[in-house]
Amino acid sequence: MIAIIDYGMGNLHSVSKAVERLGYETVITADPQTIAAADGAILPGVGAFGDAMQNLRETKLDEVAQAYAASGKPMLGICLGMQLLFSQSEEYGTNDGLNLLPGKVVRFAGDYKIPHMGWNKLSFLQEQSPLFSGLTEGHVYFVHSFHAKPELASDLLATTDYYQQVTAIVGRGNVYGMQFHPEKSGELGMQLLGNFLALTSSERS
Amino acid sequence: MLAKRIIPCLDVKDGRVVKGVNFVNLRDAGDPVELAATYDQEGADELVFLDISASVEGRATMIEVVKRTAGEITIPFTVGGGISHVDDMKRLLRAGADKIGINTAAVLNPTLVQEGSRKFGSQCIVVAIDAKFNAEWGEWEVYTHGGRKTTGIKALEWAREVERLGAGEILLTSMDADGTKDGFDIKLTQAVSDSLGIPVIASGGAGRIEHFNEVFQQAHADAALAATIFHYKEMTIREVKDDLRLKGVEVR
Repeated sequence: MIAIIDYGMGNLHSVSKAVERLGYETVITADPQTIAAADGAILPGVGAFGDAMQNLRETKLDEVAQAYAASGKPMLGICLGMQLLFSQSEEYGTNDGLNLLPGKVVRFAGDYKIPHMGWNKLSFLQEQSPLFSGLTEGHVYFVHSFHAKPELASDLLATTDYYQQVTAIVGRGNVYGMQFHPEKSGELGMQLLGNFLALTSSERS
Repeated sequence: MLAKRIIPCLDVKDGRVVKGVNFVNLRDAGDPVELAATYDQEGADELVFLDISASVEGRATMIEVVKRTAGEITIPFTVGGGISHVDDMKRLLRAGADKIGINTAAVLNPTLVQEGSRKFGSQCIVVAIDAKFNAEWGEWEVYTHGGRKTTGIKALEWAREVERLGAGEILLTSMDADGTKDGFDIKLTQAVSDSLGIPVIASGGAGRIEHFNEVFQQAHADAALAATIFHYKEMTIREVKDDLRLKGVEVR
């Protein structure tokens, strides 16, 4: 069973459907026990970092997510969910994140279109990552105005190029994050999501 | 660098895909969900559903179409047509739409753009602008109500205004080019695209494969939308992308 953590931010339906299409049972839930018992957890999210952390704190799901990461079972943050994995964000004031990955989330700034929205090409920095097993670099769908700057190069698995190197996939041990939307990224997105799900002990139907 | 996007548009009425030809005849082109899945497989980068239902029942059907589509496709999609309240937006986004298109309602009530973008994020709010050249002004005018009403508003000013209000993207339809198949409106698209910091989707006029290259290279559009040529298989999305790739335009 794959738990999709519901903390009131964004549309969880598409992620859930994508997981189902890949052959896994999934549940959209805010229940700490259900999350803790799941074989894999996905932290989705669309919206503002501060609101998201506030929602997580009020429901104590921040502690649930941190405990899940510590349990060693695979966990994936998507879009805002990836940014929440970091220590801090400067979106509308400074806000602390889940602090599972050292680094901060900063605003895009420059004479170019913001949000970074659309299909951009991934560069795999760590080919040996199980997420990239059997895959070749291609385009995935991004929508974001803030981007993460991991402190450690070892946490950065893939980047894309948007007037600078932009964090696209991060990972440390069992904790992964994707800045783009794998569920909206065509075949490559589904394959990346599939490779993450394959790391869980969840049975594929 | 971002890939240029090719976006088929599906006009949906009471749960079925139709396309207005000369604004009068409607030809039935099938089930929206099935068509959406086909376009996804053919390499469409995004989809737009334009709900042209006139009735409450028709609109309720659209929610079902959105739900089914979200479960079937792996690319983002926008729903537009008759959306005039934040609650409408919420319902559609909840059902699985990625973006909401607003047109007439934004002109009548510009705060809707602000409310929508604050509540759901700029990336969810696409403001559709129907523009037609006004010879007296020497520039383009905004039309509403499906192109039936003039507004006295200059398209360039309106585009800048909705950007300021929080629109994440502009879907720009040239009423002069729409239906002609003579190519996108290069001047209009370039004027809007070059004066904004948000992406512009060019719409109206696609007839031949080279039109796509023109609108990207000359008019600096971020995406190009077309309906008829794709629905009636005059060309496929793959063919358009192969041609663009040959001409040095980055596509997925």
